[in-house]
Amino acid sequence: MAKIVAGVACSHVPAIGVAMDRGITGTPYWDPLFKGYEPAREWLAKLAPDAAIIVYNDHASAFSLEIIPTFLIGVADKFPIADEGFGPRPVPVVLGHPALAWHLAESLILDEFDMTIANEMPVDHGLTVPLSVTCGQTAAWPFPVIPLCVNVVQYPPPTGARCFKLGMAIRRAVEQFDEDLRVVIYGTGGMSHQLQGERAGLINRQFDTAFMDGMTRDPVALTRITHTEYMREAGSEGVEMVMWHVMRGALDENVAEIYRHYHVPASNTAAGLMILENRSPS
Amino acid sequence: MTKPRDYDSIPGTYVYDAQRGRIGYPLNMFCMSLNKAENRRSFKENAAAYLDRFALTPEQRRTVLERDWLGMLRVGGNIYYTIKIAFCDGLTFQDVAGMMSGVPKETYAQMMLAGGRSPEGNRFKDKIPPETGHG
Repeated sequence: MAKIVAGVACSHVPAIGVAMDRGITGTPYWDPLFKGYEPAREWLAKLAPDAAIIVYNDHASAFSLEIIPTFLIGVADKFPIADEGFGPRPVPVVLGHPALAWHLAESLILDEFDMTIANEMPVDHGLTVPLSVTCGQTAAWPFPVIPLCVNVVQYPPPTGARCFKLGMAIRRAVEQFDEDLRVVIYGTGGMSHQLQGERAGLINRQFDTAFMDGMTRDPVALTRITHTEYMREAGSEGVEMVMWHVMRGALDENVAEIYRHYHVPASNTAAGLMILENRSPS
Repeated sequence: MTKPRDYDSIPGTYVYDAQRGRIGYPLNMFCMSLNKAENRRSFKENAAAYLDRFALTPEQRRTVLERDWLGMLRVGGNIYYTIKIAFCDGLTFQDVAGMMSGVPKETYAQMMLAGGRSPEGNRFKDKIPPETGHG
C-alpha cells in the first residue's frame, strides 16, 4: 500500500527560481534565504520519497481565464516547463506518475471531489520553485511528481476547510493504491505578500508565525480563516496559503515539526518553509 | 447589482472577483498572449498594432500603452496577467509593485528589506467600518 510519509510547505516566489537559475544565491540579498533551505534539502535527500504530490497554483501559464479549474490533477507522464512571459526556466522536465495520478483522479471524484483532469499541461514556477528549493540544481528531478492545481487567481479560491478535506481525501486515495510507495505532499504558496495595488509589499510576520505554529497545534482552526482575513492580514496574494491546508489535511492529526525557515524579503514576499512528519502510532 | 463585499474595505487592493473578471477578460487575455515569444516580439515592435488584435476598451488600451499599472487594475487587469507586460519591458514584480505604491524603486526596496509594509494602519480604508458576511 502507498503511504503519505511527510508534508512540505513552501513558498513559490518566482524570483527564488530566477536567483537559482542565474547562480546568484550566494549574494548578500539571497544568501540568508538559501542557507535556510539547506537542511530541507538534506532531509528530503535522506527521505528519498518514491513520488511527490505538489499542490500549487498556476499563474496564467497552463491555464488562462478561458477555463478556470478550481481543483485539477495532472495525469501525464511528463510536464514541460512553461514560458510565463520571459522564457521557460532552465530546469529539467517534470516527470509524472500516471498510474498513481489516475488512481487519485478516480478515487477523488468518487469520493465527491470533482477534479478536472489534465492530460497535457506545462508547469510554472508555482511547481518548479518548490522543487528547486528542496532538490537543488539537478540534471533530473529525483522523483516523479503529480501536479495538483488549485485556483487562487480568480476570486473565490476554494475555502481553507474544503482544501483540508481534499487533503484528507488524497490521503484515503493514496492508501488505497496497491503499490508500496512512500509519497511526500507539498503545499505551496504564501506566505504574506501583496503584489498589487497601492498596498503592495504588505508583510505580516505575526500572522505568518501564528499560521506556522497552527500547522501543528490546531490545523483545523486555521481552516476557518476566511479569504477576506487572509487578504486583509496577509495581503491579497497571501490567500495562496489555502493550499497549505491540502497538504496538512493529508497528514496525521498528530504531526511533528521537523524544520521551519522564514525569511523576509524574497522580492515582495515572506518566504516560508516547513517540514512536517506524521506522528500518530500506525 | 452585486452586493458590497467585506474585502471592499481593504485599502489599495483590487480583488479579482466576478465584477473585475467580467470587464477584465479581453485585457487579461491580451496579456496571456505574451506567453509566446513571437507575440512578445510583435508587441514590442508595434504595441498599438498588436493591441488591435484584441477587443480592449479604449481605457484598457490607454493603460497598456501608457504602462499605467494601477489603471490596469482599475479596468479589470489581474496582476498575474498584467505583469507579463512588465516582463516584456524587462521589469520585475518588485519594480511594478514600487510603481503601484507610488514610491521610488529604492524606497520600495528598502521598505521590503526592513520587513515589508506593516499591516498596522493598512487593514481598513479610512472611515469605512468593517462589514461582516461574504468572504
